[in-house]
Amino acid sequence: MTLTAPRPARPLPTRRPALRRPAGLVRTELLLLGRNRTALAMAVLMPIAMVSGLHSLLSAERAQLPGVDLHAALVVNLTAVALLFGVYTNLTAAYVARRGELVLKRLRTGELTDGEILAGTALPSALLALLQTALITAATAVLLGLAAPVNAVLVLLGLLLAMPLLAALAALSSSHTRTVEAAGLTTLPVVLVTLVGSGLVVPYSVMPAQLADLCRLLPASSALQLLRIGWLGGDGSGAPTGFAGSWLLALPYLGGAAAWLAVAAWAARRRFRWEPRR
Amino acid sequence: MNSDSPAVQAQGLRRRYGSTRGGGFTAVRGLDLTVARGELFALLGTNGAGKTSTMELIEGLARPTAGTVQVLGHDPHRERAALRPRIGIMLQEGGFPGDLTVAETVTGWARSTSTPRPVGEALDLVGLADRAGVRVKQLSGGEKRRLDLAVALIGRPEVLFLDEPSTGLDPQARAAVWQLVRDLRAQGTTILLTTHYLEEAEELADRLAIMHHGQVVTSGTVPQVIADRPARISFELPEQPAEPLLSLPGAEVGFQDRKVTVRTRELQRTLTELLGWAAERGVTLHGLDARSATLEEAFLAIAAEAAPPEPTEPDAQARTAPRRRRTLIGASR
Repeated sequence: MTLTAPRPARPLPTRRPALRRPAGLVRTELLLLGRNRTALAMAVLMPIAMVSGLHSLLSAERAQLPGVDLHAALVVNLTAVALLFGVYTNLTAAYVARRGELVLKRLRTGELTDGEILAGTALPSALLALLQTALITAATAVLLGLAAPVNAVLVLLGLLLAMPLLAALAALSSSHTRTVEAAGLTTLPVVLVTLVGSGLVVPYSVMPAQLADLCRLLPASSALQLLRIGWLGGDGSGAPTGFAGSWLLALPYLGGAAAWLAVAAWAARRRFRWEPRR
Repeated sequence: MNSDSPAVQAQGLRRRYGSTRGGGFTAVRGLDLTVARGELFALLGTNGAGKTSTMELIEGLARPTAGTVQVLGHDPHRERAALRPRIGIMLQEGGFPGDLTVAETVTGWARSTSTPRPVGEALDLVGLADRAGVRVKQLSGGEKRRLDLAVALIGRPEVLFLDEPSTGLDPQARAAVWQLVRDLRAQGTTILLTTHYLEEAEELADRLAIMHHGQVVTSGTVPQVIADRPARISFELPEQPAEPLLSLPGAEVGFQDRKVTVRTRELQRTLTELLGWAAERGVTLHGLDARSATLEEAFLAIAAEAAPPEPTEPDAQARTAPRRRRTLIGASR
């Protein structure tokens, strides 16, 4: 045990690029994800099984969505489910687990910022959800046939807004979840409200207009509607539009998703618990 | 900037857990502490004295309920980002994912540190180089402590916070960690460590503070802390005396069956008088032992004497008061 070279003179003028520090955490998270074979296998197999299994169920929706590509609608709904469970539910449990193992507290003794720690911890869940989304899309295209999305940019924007929003909601939920087991229960309200109210189980087109408008204000609705408009060209309130029309239709949802993201991130930063209660 | 400020300065620090409407617990109650640059300072205290709660305030992991704390002239909570590259923290418990290897863990930390040591060097420092490829969950308790230390050292910190660094270490590993801490100190690193091993504080610390019930009860160098503590003489008499038979001015004589304990601030004088008395009467003092005050005695006396805790615990004083049957053999006033 000997100490080698003395500490370099301070202050050090070289400021490392801003992304270098979080990149270290990202590599660590990817290493851990790679060691979790069960999660990886589940992530790959689930979407394929769902696409094959759920196809028949969706034919019921055909009558409600005249002129809409059924297979694209399947992709939209399965993507939303993958995001909801893959990012929100999984990540709530992951935050609780990491908090219980004091990993989060230990990370806060280092140079990473709180936001970097929360985002880094969210990364594996987000990557798995993206992988599932890609598999869902590919499996549908290969097994059932799939038309190109009306506006792929909106699909991308929807994904980019939905993931951090759901991650922030997960951080919030974890603050009132004591154990990993309890996460199944504490995430239920958001899961149910999103499934029922954000156009997944009950399309807005079959709801009374006022109820549909109310449901569009739910936290995850806007971001998920962007996916729907991007793929199908419509939000279920009228006839599908083309590429240009989809932008106009998406505008309020873009604002809504951004607003919910800001609110959820702000609340998560304030309410997040970094250590177990004593 | 701020090059003259002490490494650590805390004033009137308080930390309360739980609700403010009652039912909460005040772990730190008006703590003052100054650690000079380059100093090795030990924070001693019984379990539950508030050492870790205090460390977390100084490390910036929690915000104090009241009072101020500065580390290298920065508020550690508000200015965490500015401070983190200059300090190293070893928590009482790890917090490293079990599925990573030792090397992967340290490498990950090195990547997120501004001016990291080489990973191999950090592992060498704590003697974990031969365990580099082992998963963290397979490490022993002592090895996990050393991994924690390696991570605390990865950024070549100016100020190092060690919360019970040698707990769970075998004697050999402890000696190695002590030597490492001395070497770091010799290189100019300021070190604030908590411990409940008195010999650790005696061995390493320039100065120390003894905490009890969330406050610093006494602080200074070891000689300063034990200066006003009495020395102790103990021996056993051949038979239980029926009446007071010994007068030792300035000393307090405790008596339990045939065992006698004398506490005095003037060890040499009291001992001379005692031996004179024994010689005169032809009394044999079995197991005669005389020793100057030790840190341990100071520590135990403080643990027993200091203020009671929360007012919600009315019998706390009674519980901590010494239960020593004390009979004075001859009034010493």
